[in-house]
Amino acid sequence: MIEVKNIEKSFGENKILKGISTIFETGKTNLIIGQSGSGKTVLLKSLLGIHTPEAGQICFDGRVYSDLEDDEKRELRTEIGMVFQGSALFDSMTVAENVGFPLKMFTKDDKAKIAERVEFVLKRVNLIDAHKKLPSEISGGMQKRVAIARAIVNRPKYLFCDEPNSGLDPNTSILIDNLIKEITEEYEITTVINTHDMNSVMEIGDNILFLKDGLKEWQGNKEEIFYTDNEAVTAFVYSSNLFKKVREAHLKG
Amino acid sequence: MLKEIFNKQTKWSVMRNLIFKEIDDLIIDSLGIVAFISFFIGGVVAIQTALNLTNPLIPQYLIGFATRQSVILEFAPTFISVIMAGKMGSYITSSIGTMRVTEQIDALEVMGVNSVNYLVFPKIIALLLYPFVIGISMFLGIFGGWMASAYGGFTTSEAFIEGAQMDFIPFHIAYAFIKTIIFAMLLATIPSFHGYYMKGGALEVGKASTVAFVWTSVCIILFNYILTQMLLGS
Ligand SMILES: Nc1ncnc2c1ncn2[C@@H]1O[C@H](COP(=O)(O)OP(=O)(O)O)[C@@H](O)[C@H]1O
Ligand SMILES: [Mg+2]
Repeated sequence: MIEVKNIEKSFGENKILKGISTIFETGKTNLIIGQSGSGKTVLLKSLLGIHTPEAGQICFDGRVYSDLEDDEKRELRTEIGMVFQGSALFDSMTVAENVGFPLKMFTKDDKAKIAERVEFVLKRVNLIDAHKKLPSEISGGMQKRVAIARAIVNRPKYLFCDEPNSGLDPNTSILIDNLIKEITEEYEITTVINTHDMNSVMEIGDNILFLKDGLKEWQGNKEEIFYTDNEAVTAFVYSSNLFKKVREAHLKG
Repeated sequence: MLKEIFNKQTKWSVMRNLIFKEIDDLIIDSLGIVAFISFFIGGVVAIQTALNLTNPLIPQYLIGFATRQSVILEFAPTFISVIMAGKMGSYITSSIGTMRVTEQIDALEVMGVNSVNYLVFPKIIALLLYPFVIGISMFLGIFGGWMASAYGGFTTSEAFIEGAQMDFIPFHIAYAFIKTIIFAMLLATIPSFHGYYMKGGALEVGKASTVAFVWTSVCIILFNYILTQMLLGS
């Protein structure tokens, strides 16, 4: 469980997060949604410690991040897996080397053991026969799978995904979303996902946080989001014709 | 940043491979171009000296002497380093900058890797071999001068060799290598800094490389002046 209390973050004069509090639960897919530029990435990177918030507190299962020593922070980070928006695979390394990298850096496992674990997670994300390829030689959907494999290889307690299906076709998006959800439930991970994709919300939205103008505008789950009368949320949800049609059909009964 | 380079070292087994890779990319990959430039510029220095020695009273061995002095004191350490600011510098800035804009550096940090140490430290260690590059440049520069003078008919081989050995001051070699090692550190750190702290996208990576080249060469030229004044002046 990750508890966020009142975090604030600015870049110069520009205040991006204006005091956000929430709880991300373990074993659930927690979604942060909102328009592009609403500060989703900034919020995620603040949780990760890539950005340092000016105010507020982030608590990882009882450990307050800002109170930790540098060593403890790095220790905590080895419990975190992150899937970046552009996958952020190391382009000088093969798929297998990318996935094995956290193990090589932070465990005492020997080569054989690492290879075995890499094999296992690559199978888990349904990637076979790509071990020796470079990231530039595989498709965007496959890169995402590699990024997920790399994020979970060291058995993280926390998984963060920044727009995991941006740039993917609808089919692949759904596969990736469901993969993340399955992994979350299977390994009891606290997963936080940024997205602006309503399909993801409908597929995997266990707990949804709607950001607007640097504040938490609304929070709920994927059933509740359809019946809320919050205008900002409905404007966001029903911005696509597809969802408008679905709603009309629904209201007609 | 400087402190971070040496803090929280990356595991040695990983670091060793990184260092070998940087030696390959930075040092080995530069040898060809350095050899080519040194040989031919050495030749041109000798020819220019010969052509300007029109007074018959000036002895022929001066060609060898002048070539040796200019190659060892300035051409190899300084001129080659400015060229390397372009070659190694743009490689370093663009490779680190690309990692920055594609969030690979964030990925390292999130995993708990000290990204500054991981990226910059192996480059500094690899560039400790940079004096070998300059040594080769010195040798080939003088060798090129000798070839050009002897085979171009500007002086005899004996006269050139006599000149090249004349009035040899060992401290000049020390001076040249002190400069070299300082330039090596500038070559490793300034372009890394520009790549690491850059913002933006692919276009900015190109711009950062250019800016890094300008700053690295300016620093090399300034340090050259200061070190020459300190070590050879007064
Ligand atoms: N490193 C940064 N420096 C300055 N401004 C930033 C930085 N990162 C993000 N911003 C600004 O913060 C705002 C929110 O960005 P972001 O979190 O990326 O939005 P999104 O919800 O699309 O992920 C944007 O206006 C962006 O310009
Ligand atoms: Mg974003």
